[in-house]
Amino acid sequence: MKRHLISAADLSRDEALLILDTAEELARVSERSIKKLPTLRGRTVVNLFFEDSTRTRISFEAAAKRLSADVINFSAKGSSVSKGESLKDTALTLEAMGADAVVIRHSASGAPHRLATWVHGSVVNAGDGTHEHPTQALLDAFSMRRRLGALDGRKITIVGDVLHSRVARSNVLLLHTLGAEVTLVAPPTLLPVSVDTWPCAVSYDLDAVLPKSDAVMMLRVQKERMNAAYFPSEREYSRRYGLDRDRFAKMPDDAIVMHPGPMNRGMEIAAEVADSPRSTIVEQVANGVTIRMAVLYLLLGGDTA
Amino acid sequence: MSASRAVLEGPDIHRALTRIAHEILERTKGADEVVLIGVPTRGVTLAHRLGERIEQFEGVKIPVGSIDITMYRDDLRRGPARPLGRTELPADGVDGKIVVLVDDVLYSGRTVRAALDALSEFGRPAAVQLAILVDRGHRELPIRADYVGKNLPTAKSEKVKVFLRETDGRDAVTLMKEDAR
Repeated sequence: MKRHLISAADLSRDEALLILDTAEELARVSERSIKKLPTLRGRTVVNLFFEDSTRTRISFEAAAKRLSADVINFSAKGSSVSKGESLKDTALTLEAMGADAVVIRHSASGAPHRLATWVHGSVVNAGDGTHEHPTQALLDAFSMRRRLGALDGRKITIVGDVLHSRVARSNVLLLHTLGAEVTLVAPPTLLPVSVDTWPCAVSYDLDAVLPKSDAVMMLRVQKERMNAAYFPSEREYSRRYGLDRDRFAKMPDDAIVMHPGPMNRGMEIAAEVADSPRSTIVEQVANGVTIRMAVLYLLLGGDTA
Repeated sequence: MSASRAVLEGPDIHRALTRIAHEILERTKGADEVVLIGVPTRGVTLAHRLGERIEQFEGVKIPVGSIDITMYRDDLRRGPARPLGRTELPADGVDGKIVVLVDDVLYSGRTVRAALDALSEFGRPAAVQLAILVDRGHRELPIRADYVGKNLPTAKSEKVKVFLRETDGRDAVTLMKEDAR
């Protein structure tokens, strides 16, 4: 393993599989009565969150604690950041406190990359702007592999707001590395300009793609990032790109439905689809803790010198 | 170059395991409460072989499991993070049972120390015993085996390697002299 996890593209196929296999063994720990391992005792993991997040922060916190690491939560609100401290000074403060790993979420794409040049510990990207969210991609791949088996040649469809989605980018990169065939489906306005350089196919027609999909991942419509008119109305978006009951019926019988959360029920995904047995949405949360344990273990468990 | 020679061949391993199986039956008076737990990878294979033999001899089916000790090692920071092995305990657990830990080679004793720590997370066995195919000496902790296939005096510079049919295609224990490399 490399020292940091900044981008899903940093992972070779072997490294990605090592993380997934490690998570597979660690999943058994969650089934035990004592869900704690002594592995990272005496190590400090700092959760540095400049952007609101509940599930990702809690997920990293649970993962670090199950490995016996000490966890320090640092959120920008009510901290020295709101007094104008720069990212670099914050990083140096954490460094002085002896952080072995910094888990960072930041609204600026590239912040984790900069941070990695300032601290000695490992940096884990927990979402930077509209860039990447590699542990989300890993937990998605892990959830898919547990339901579908090996991902080679599997057809994965990612639907929705690709433009603002760090989840989509990380997933495309990782799934490509793992041998899956990814198709992005979105309105043209919600695709990044450079999407033709991504290792995936692009379609504007959800109904044509659904019958050929092994897994369909619905992305959240990120209203908070929508400062322009990307589609005429929510209703029209939902009609053309939402996964409702009729569209769900067009999917193969063993295909699964995924969503990184939080969901807009009734918008990109119908409630009854989200709650169906073929939906992995709740599993994804549990798998998130497991995959983050695997990542923290592989980054911090050995000697990185 | 390093020269390696076989110190145990297939039939020797077979006899050693047969004897250990009898000893377990004798020491535990019929192995009623015994659970065999192997340390991955080869310890698990050996645990299954012992279980089969005990069943052959006395007709009792012994629960067999595995316990991965990677997360409990004391030398994790001395190398890159290691891949994990499988932990699979029998459904009835280990509470009140006589757990026989099984591994291929006993050396520093640190693996066994880690296994004892790992085991304590799953319950409180009535007793824990240790079965080992090869004891090569050089203990660094106050640990000894209850059942030993072969005591093999070695130098610290030598390497002991265990091959088993299930994982390596043949049964053998070799001793490799690490002379002037």
